[in-house]
Amino acid sequence: MTYTTHENPKALTHLQQLEAESIHILREVVAEFENPVMLYSIGKDSAVMLHLARKAFFPARPPFPLLHVDTTWKFREMIAFRDRMAAEGGFDLLIHVNPEGVRQGISPFSHGSALYTDIMKTAGLKQALDHYKFDAAFGGARRDEEKSRAKERIFSFRSASHRWDPKSQRPELWNLYNARVRPGESIRAFPISNWTELDVWQYIHLEQIPIVPLYYAAVRPVVERDGMLIMVDDERLQLKPGEVVQHKSVRFRTLGCYPLTGAVESTAATLPEIIQEMLLTRTSERQGRRIDHDQAGSMEKKKQEGYF
Amino acid sequence: MAHQSDLIASDIHAYLQSQEEKSLLRFITCGSVDDGKSTLIGRLLWDSKMIFEDQLATLTADSKRIGTQGEKIDYALLLDGLQAEREQGITIDVAYRYFSTDKRKFIVADTPGHEQYTRNMVTGASTAQVAVILVDARKGLLTQTRRHSYLVSLVGIRHIVLAINKMDLVAYDAARFAALEREYRAFAAPLGFAEITAIPISALEGDNILVRSARTPWYAGPTLMEQLETVAIADVAATQPFRLPVQWVNRPHLDFRGFAGTIAAGTIRPGDRVVVAASGRSSRVSRIVTLDGDLPVAIAGQAVTLTLEDEIDISRGDLLASADQPPEHTERCRARLVWLHEEPLVAGRGYLLKSGAATVPVSVDGLEHKVNVNTLAEEPGTGLALNEVGVARLHLDRPLAFDRYRDNRVTGSFILIDRVSNATVAAGMFEAPLAAGAEETASAVDRRRRAALKGQPPLLLWFSGRHPGASADAARAVESRLHRRGLHTALLDDARLGDGLNRDLGSDATGQEESLRRASEAARLLLDAGLIVVVSSDVPLRAVQLLLADEPLTVVNVDDDRDAASLCEAVLRQLEPLLAAKDIVSPGIIC
Repeated sequence: MTYTTHENPKALTHLQQLEAESIHILREVVAEFENPVMLYSIGKDSAVMLHLARKAFFPARPPFPLLHVDTTWKFREMIAFRDRMAAEGGFDLLIHVNPEGVRQGISPFSHGSALYTDIMKTAGLKQALDHYKFDAAFGGARRDEEKSRAKERIFSFRSASHRWDPKSQRPELWNLYNARVRPGESIRAFPISNWTELDVWQYIHLEQIPIVPLYYAAVRPVVERDGMLIMVDDERLQLKPGEVVQHKSVRFRTLGCYPLTGAVESTAATLPEIIQEMLLTRTSERQGRRIDHDQAGSMEKKKQEGYF
Repeated sequence: MAHQSDLIASDIHAYLQSQEEKSLLRFITCGSVDDGKSTLIGRLLWDSKMIFEDQLATLTADSKRIGTQGEKIDYALLLDGLQAEREQGITIDVAYRYFSTDKRKFIVADTPGHEQYTRNMVTGASTAQVAVILVDARKGLLTQTRRHSYLVSLVGIRHIVLAINKMDLVAYDAARFAALEREYRAFAAPLGFAEITAIPISALEGDNILVRSARTPWYAGPTLMEQLETVAIADVAATQPFRLPVQWVNRPHLDFRGFAGTIAAGTIRPGDRVVVAASGRSSRVSRIVTLDGDLPVAIAGQAVTLTLEDEIDISRGDLLASADQPPEHTERCRARLVWLHEEPLVAGRGYLLKSGAATVPVSVDGLEHKVNVNTLAEEPGTGLALNEVGVARLHLDRPLAFDRYRDNRVTGSFILIDRVSNATVAAGMFEAPLAAGAEETASAVDRRRRAALKGQPPLLLWFSGRHPGASADAARAVESRLHRRGLHTALLDDARLGDGLNRDLGSDATGQEESLRRASEAARLLLDAGLIVVVSSDVPLRAVQLLLADEPLTVVNVDDDRDAASLCEAVLRQLEPLLAAKDIVSPGIIC
């Protein structure tokens, strides 16, 4: 971000303050923990977090690897983007797929979103964290995304079994983060906790941060299913009776596994157009995700069990 | 989430440009249970159109199912995030909410009014610049209103909005409003707020939240949103003496050595002289390095990396400061503590103090006084329980650089961490350095303090039996289990004692008696070190009990039909309550 270069500098803008806070958090984790990792989900929030990490440690490279817990159901464009970003940034990219889930052939189509998410994402993540013995993991979650996140700490303690206990969180005061953990315990650190969706988009715009092309509108093959527009990303999506593949100008407000992520019809093909559409729209971004609406409080349950 | 601006639809580029100048305000809302805090924030989100249609649909459904407002929308449900809270109908933790207008982005800490959760309020207040204190117009000022006002003043908030809520329930009575405002100003006078703005509102009905209410024609002041959008947060940080706690030393290769951190106060330019508070060594700033290029100047709040002209020794935890106005640098100081944990403060117990990027072992030498947060009176006391506030004398393991909290909220604040449980147990604010020697009351390090540092009670276990080796095996098995639990132990057995301490003794009655005396004294010394001492010595247990009657002794007779494993389990089971006591315990007999 460009800062004013006058003799008497102006007060910081809200994005400059958010950026500085995030950089502070990133540095604090790296300084306090033995073996941190950044969970990289390839979405726009991860893109911002990665960009902030480059800033925090410049001219050094961020001193931790990226971890992608691959469900094998990500959009193909996401995987291509992931590999490009890791290569360009010189990051060590770790990819983990739950071998148990693969063996059982777990798929969002045949097993339902709840079980699928539990096995491929939550269990997969725990396996990877245990395998590499990470004692801190950065996540790109924001507090404005969902109610249970609004109360989560920036340094969020996890027991040795990766559980989050919302009732006994450590108080977090000033910018002082308690990083003490015993062997096996860990911290999930959320550097962009205080950013909103609008902040993220404005920052991407200002800083010209690369994002997955799926965020921009284009004509793509989709089918309508359960009120969502699902993109036909590969041959594993089998049409149900009555379903037809349509070619529509769509984009994604949030990215996850293609069978669980609904597209929105849109013609917003530039960042300002995306921001404009977001500001004028009337639904929140997680609405396109199926796992959140099973029941009220469903995200809280998942989080207690170790979901990010 | 439509903002009011017409530019969004007509000229998005112009809109985005206008957004780049927006400022950020952090505020907290506090008040008593049922004063309507969550409703107020829900209303602010609602009125600034931060609620989406799908959220509204959920809210409407939830309002009917579990709401407390009948058929009306219960805005509080937007905020009461965690399921347990929904069921109890009260907010029990700090929740952060975000909304923005065309002028400012706001971060709101919704903090509980429930008495036992004061710690959450201090947490939310620690980063806030403004406090919105809610008062129920019918109930008036309550104990918690006073407590919360004191706590926000304690953490350095200078701007207060006194939101007198539920005006609809007192028929928008101007006299009632004026009386409450008068009463509050009188109460708050000693707290030193820079500004108190009283506003008559109804969070439920929306009066004077965004729009001036027609039902309070007698009120000429700003609406709540107007006040939040315009309250001037004097940015004094940039004009204060320079401070940068070094978070991380950036050393990508031999030719670059940068000191990364967030500027806590002041302004810095290349060429400025800075001093390392701990060593007194100084140098000049060579570059202010960022990914976006070197900066000609940086101010408080920016996260930067500095390089210096000279190679001086600097590591994480050091404080870089203006050479003209260095911070305090001392081992002993006086600080105000807010106790945040169920386990109370024990004077003499060791904690870790984290301030800036430095973490230093510290002991709380004693309490000067406690503060009654309802009357603000100073009262004598020796410890602090959850939610209590007091002024304590701290003794750090090594000198630490800090500022007085009233001068700098970043370099003047700290947290205390329990060394055993790792819990954050206190919020602290430095008040003043103390001269060495002012600390006459510091008591000597004794058994209790040494054990407290290890988080365990000193205990003595004595195993004895007739079969050679049986007691030694049992003692080793028990010690091994205790050790695996992270307890600090020591083992004395006949073999080791015989080879060393008792080597010169014969096996006659006199020799056996002296041998037992020496073993007992050795055990006492190890107990003084705060250890759990496991002895295996095949002597009459009755004699051991007589010799060590004043010690926390447990004797184990291994002449039992039980196998070694079940004996070990039995011993551990009986030890359990003693270990949990975390204090010196009374003797016991097993088997």
